[in-house]
Amino acid sequence: MHFFLFFLISYSYFLQRYTNGPHADRHTMEYKDYYTILGVSREATQDQIKQAYRKVARKFHPDVSKESDAETKFKDIGEAYEVLRDPEKRAAYDKFGSNWREGQHFEPPPHWDAGFEFRGAGYTGGQSGGFSDFFESLFGQSQAGRQRSHVFRMQGEDQHAKIVIPLRDAYSGARQTITLTRPTVDNDGRVSTSPHTLHVVIPKGIVEGQRIRLEGQGLPGYGGSPAGDLYLEIVFQEDPLFHAEKRDIHLTLPVTPWEAALGATVAVPTLDGAVQVKIPPGSQSGKKLRLKGKGLCTANQRGDQIVTLQIVIPEANTDAQRNLYRAMAEQMPFNPRTGMEH
Amino acid sequence: MTEHTIYIHGIVLNEETRCTLADLCLLCGVNAEVIHEMIDEGIVTPEGFSSREWSFSAIAVKRVQTAIRLQRDLRVNLPGCALALDLLEELEALRPLCRRR
Repeated sequence: MHFFLFFLISYSYFLQRYTNGPHADRHTMEYKDYYTILGVSREATQDQIKQAYRKVARKFHPDVSKESDAETKFKDIGEAYEVLRDPEKRAAYDKFGSNWREGQHFEPPPHWDAGFEFRGAGYTGGQSGGFSDFFESLFGQSQAGRQRSHVFRMQGEDQHAKIVIPLRDAYSGARQTITLTRPTVDNDGRVSTSPHTLHVVIPKGIVEGQRIRLEGQGLPGYGGSPAGDLYLEIVFQEDPLFHAEKRDIHLTLPVTPWEAALGATVAVPTLDGAVQVKIPPGSQSGKKLRLKGKGLCTANQRGDQIVTLQIVIPEANTDAQRNLYRAMAEQMPFNPRTGMEH
Repeated sequence: MTEHTIYIHGIVLNEETRCTLADLCLLCGVNAEVIHEMIDEGIVTPEGFSSREWSFSAIAVKRVQTAIRLQRDLRVNLPGCALALDLLEELEALRPLCRRR
């Protein structure tokens, strides 16, 4: 059983809310440079901020971006816009001055928000919660977050995660143990995170990009409501020999010129172990041989292994070896560039 | 003491797995009207004549969930979602080819 790499993507923002929630240690709080996050200057107009936000939000949306930290960046972008779109919050934020740097240890000075009215009321805008500790210490929790305590029954949210598996596990099916970070709420309402371990079956013949739905394995529900679902998206680990294209497994097989010219039977690696494959005489480099059923198969669908021949010529280092090539040139003169003359 | 590990079998959401309109609504947390609009836009395509007989490939679950997030997070309208989903699928197919070059 292998556990290679597992990273969590939660579109729900719920996890982040509690991970970075109000009980987090204030001393670890870091300054967030909202202008840098949106890529605008401190003098940007409200219109420029809106345009910059839309541009970076599109770029880092977790459904669109393939960057591994898109989820975090998208969350930061939403938070930055939540502050900078609102002239009052922006003015309050600007009071900290421009000397702060992203990630710097930060603690707001006492009464920093005197003269502003948002404090304690919770912010009203924004479509999602899960903002950082930095944000919540300045502007309070979201409405959604505050309302949560009044909701007695609520279905748990779905979780989305990617799981990286070796091709061999996809070929033959496997069992894996994975660990997710989950928020837990104790009797006093304090939130902490704890690892949640799951043992899952990777079905034989699963294809990259496919998702496995594990019913009821998402975040727990409240007030007796059911838990959400967990969606595991399959990603294949890079393999030095094979790569998959949907159900087919591809392999490049180096052969000698005489094996290709005269034909030969050679051992070819497959995900099922080596098999003997007959190379037909007169095979050119790039010729493809199909090994039926050696790809990713399910009960109803078949994948093959596609072997692409690559002729590798031996170096001629001695006179005798060079003479062999010369003899070939004399015995079988041929011009592979016929038809290329201009 | 012997410990028995229980392994969970999930459902693979591939072309072979089918789901009804009710399943799709439940899995995506939307009502049937939303799915009807997505069908009109070509985001998902059911098999079967009436909505009671409709059957969707489980791939539809991902398309509907992504469309909902694009609408919510980026204010993309439905025709835009349909376009984005098709382009994203094309990108997904092309990315591995680029990686190998």
